[in-house]
Amino acid sequence: MSTIPPPTRLNPAAQQRDDAEKDRSMVRQKELIAAYYERLAQAPERGEKTVATFVPGNLAELIQCFDLVPILPEINALQSGMRKRSGGFITEAERLGHSEDVCTYVKCDIGMLHGGNIGPTGAPLPTPDLLLLSYTGCFTFMKWFELLREECDRPSVMLQVPYQARGEITPEMKAYVVRQLESEVIPALEKLSGVRFDIDRLREKLELSRRAEDDLVAVLESAKNRPSPIDAYFGGVYYIGPIFTAFRGTEEGCEYYRLLRDEVAQRVNAMRGPTTPEGEVTDERFRLVVEGPPNWTDFREFWKMFYDEGAVVVASTYTKVGGLYDRGFRHDPADPLGSLAEYCLGCYTNLSLPKRVELISDYVREYGADGFLINSVKSCASFSAGQLLILREVEKRTGRAGAFIESDLVDPRYFSAANIKNRIESYLQMVEQKRASGVTS
Amino acid sequence: MRCFVGIDLGSTTSKAVVLDDDGAVLGRGITNSRSNYEMASAVARTEAYVTARFTLFERGLAARLEERPARDRDRLASALKRSFRLQQYLTQLDSLERAAEDELDARRYADRRARVRPRLREVFVRLRDGAPALFGEDAKRKSDFFRDIAGAEYQVAAEEAAHPQDAPFGLLVALYDKAILRVENEQLELGFEANVEPALERVVARADAHVREAARAAAQDAADAELTEVRAVGTGYGRARLPFPRDQIRSEILCHGLGAHAMFPRTRTVLDIGGQDTKAIQVDDAGIVTSFQMNDRCAAGCGRYLGYIADEMNLGLHELGPLAQTAQRTVRISSTCTVFAGAELRERLALGEKREDILSGLHRAIVLRAMSLLARSGGVEEQFTFTGGVANNAAAVAALRDLVAENYGERTLNISPDSIYTGALGAALFALRDVQRTHTTAEVAA
Repeated sequence: MSTIPPPTRLNPAAQQRDDAEKDRSMVRQKELIAAYYERLAQAPERGEKTVATFVPGNLAELIQCFDLVPILPEINALQSGMRKRSGGFITEAERLGHSEDVCTYVKCDIGMLHGGNIGPTGAPLPTPDLLLLSYTGCFTFMKWFELLREECDRPSVMLQVPYQARGEITPEMKAYVVRQLESEVIPALEKLSGVRFDIDRLREKLELSRRAEDDLVAVLESAKNRPSPIDAYFGGVYYIGPIFTAFRGTEEGCEYYRLLRDEVAQRVNAMRGPTTPEGEVTDERFRLVVEGPPNWTDFREFWKMFYDEGAVVVASTYTKVGGLYDRGFRHDPADPLGSLAEYCLGCYTNLSLPKRVELISDYVREYGADGFLINSVKSCASFSAGQLLILREVEKRTGRAGAFIESDLVDPRYFSAANIKNRIESYLQMVEQKRASGVTS
Repeated sequence: MRCFVGIDLGSTTSKAVVLDDDGAVLGRGITNSRSNYEMASAVARTEAYVTARFTLFERGLAARLEERPARDRDRLASALKRSFRLQQYLTQLDSLERAAEDELDARRYADRRARVRPRLREVFVRLRDGAPALFGEDAKRKSDFFRDIAGAEYQVAAEEAAHPQDAPFGLLVALYDKAILRVENEQLELGFEANVEPALERVVARADAHVREAARAAAQDAADAELTEVRAVGTGYGRARLPFPRDQIRSEILCHGLGAHAMFPRTRTVLDIGGQDTKAIQVDDAGIVTSFQMNDRCAAGCGRYLGYIADEMNLGLHELGPLAQTAQRTVRISSTCTVFAGAELRERLALGEKREDILSGLHRAIVLRAMSLLARSGGVEEQFTFTGGVANNAAAVAALRDLVAENYGERTLNISPDSIYTGALGAALFALRDVQRTHTTAEVAA
């Protein structure tokens, strides 16, 4: 009996009209990801070898130099989450003895492995031939690979990435990572593939990476426009998909980001808002910065809570876990191993708390945000610890109010839609009220 | 007279507040939320208008009986209120009896119907006989909700009227259980206009002619007064169910902030412990919310927790606080999980702990959880206002006072006797402000 009118901040007709144009990058993105999973499914048959590795600090270009295919367990978990399969996998892992408090990415992966290792697209995933632990800032990653090593009985190689405790990358840190690449990672990849390392081949790939990275930064920074043509969080996770996974350093990756950049440029010229699953946001009422990963199991519903209110995310830290390109970092063909080392050391997950506070505060100012929101996920203690401090600090520095909500990555049991919606609505009304009373303007 | 209404649909109770043009509170209404928010909203609103008309009655009486001492007028007004409540109660009893009779007509009672009916009628005779005493001057009721009062009385009357063969106690109670649901979801005529006359006649029967006429005229004026609802704003958990347009729905955070500001203008920090959530809110000097925190994924340590404990101990919710205050020591309780509350309690009892000492520990435990939210939201500033149903609990208040002093130093702690209406008051103020703003904008435009 509710008589609340449907949201009027969207224009489904606008989406219809421009379907072809809007869909080009989206369709291409989906094609790329589907092709990647297809390639993984066929890898054993085609004699391709695979390397399991993580998104933060991933060595995509280096892996490609040895004609190997990466398997990304976090991506598998989040894709399973979006396709509503993670809940069952997690229950399975808990049945095997994993506690309720273990990271749900891990449990989702372990559950999937035990259920026949059928990937999110329904195609089987190969057992990795090597476990390349490319990033150690997350302690759970280490434990995760120890579990996989038990399950798969495959060799592992570990790249120790020092944490930016003092908020900077020192020459010693960089040299330390380069030395490990030379003495451990490259020999392991050579041994697995039987291909000799060719640094010029790496340079070529890094050049492709650099080009895609330039385009991605242009896309992310387009959100400085009013209205923002993109949603840099909910839309952003689609944009980072290819470059954070298997397509950095590839021609396809480059083409995708060029296409995306052109599309976004057109939206800017036409003063158009971001596209959502239900049409275009035509009335940008709130500009927000978001910290923390999204909830994947109820991704659409979560997103809707924002666009129904005309809230657009103009910058997010989650889209930087695979690299802080917008802060100037580029893969560099002139310094191949050095820039790979810097990449590993510089991704968002490796930043200290003060650096994260600084980055979020800068985003709030640079992107003209009305406020910021922290989604604190239960799974990730290393990411979530200190977020309340971040909240207070950023509020103090920017004078903008922050919101704090709690959910999880892929455990559907920790997404309480009614409570989260209540908090988001309350928060946005608070921002509006403050704006009306001239507290912030 | 123009009116502005705020409705707060909470998980346990629904509240309504009616304001006049100056923002003064004319009336307040409350009812249990049931599972039917629309009905709860209608009942709370009717109640608020009833008390609004009582306000008008009191004003009218004061004007007409100027020469009499205020004490006398107050006594008359409060006698009328009690008589009016009795009248409402009798109306509801009629409805309850009809519903119980109808239920008895159901096919499953066919073979026993004739024997049960006289017993059922006897129950209602007893209920009606006992009714005036419930609303007497010194009567103490555990609750003001029909369900609670009638339920308790019915239990007693049914025990007395029951007959092991003809009409067993269990059967009579089963009839009540069905009937009460219907009554609670029935739109009864409980308004001022329909009930004031018989209520007043009972009260003024023996009064002198002058007083009688003055009271009748005041009641008539109050009943006839045109109360025009200009705008209503809804809030609370059930707000999405209100038949209001989107811009007339506000978050309870904002409403509690503004409501607390209206009650105590120097408020900077508000703590609200309601049925299923706890909110820590910081407001500025205009009652605008600057920051807030709510309980995370679960309702541990909220009002409902105390409700479960009361059920477990077979006590009324209002009895918990006073009992806890008789404690000699405070048992350490760590879990505030509502679901585990019963187990925790039985465990402590089994260990030989005293009920009051356990209760004292439980109250401290829920306040400790609230302290963590307060810390997250930015601490406790001067002045500090405590709202929500739990603010009526003296033991919770005492624990809060201690813990705030321990962590933040001395703070003025405000608790209004009407604190349960804070959210509804805030919503009503938003309704008033919305209209004032539109008005100003229109003037500027003109």
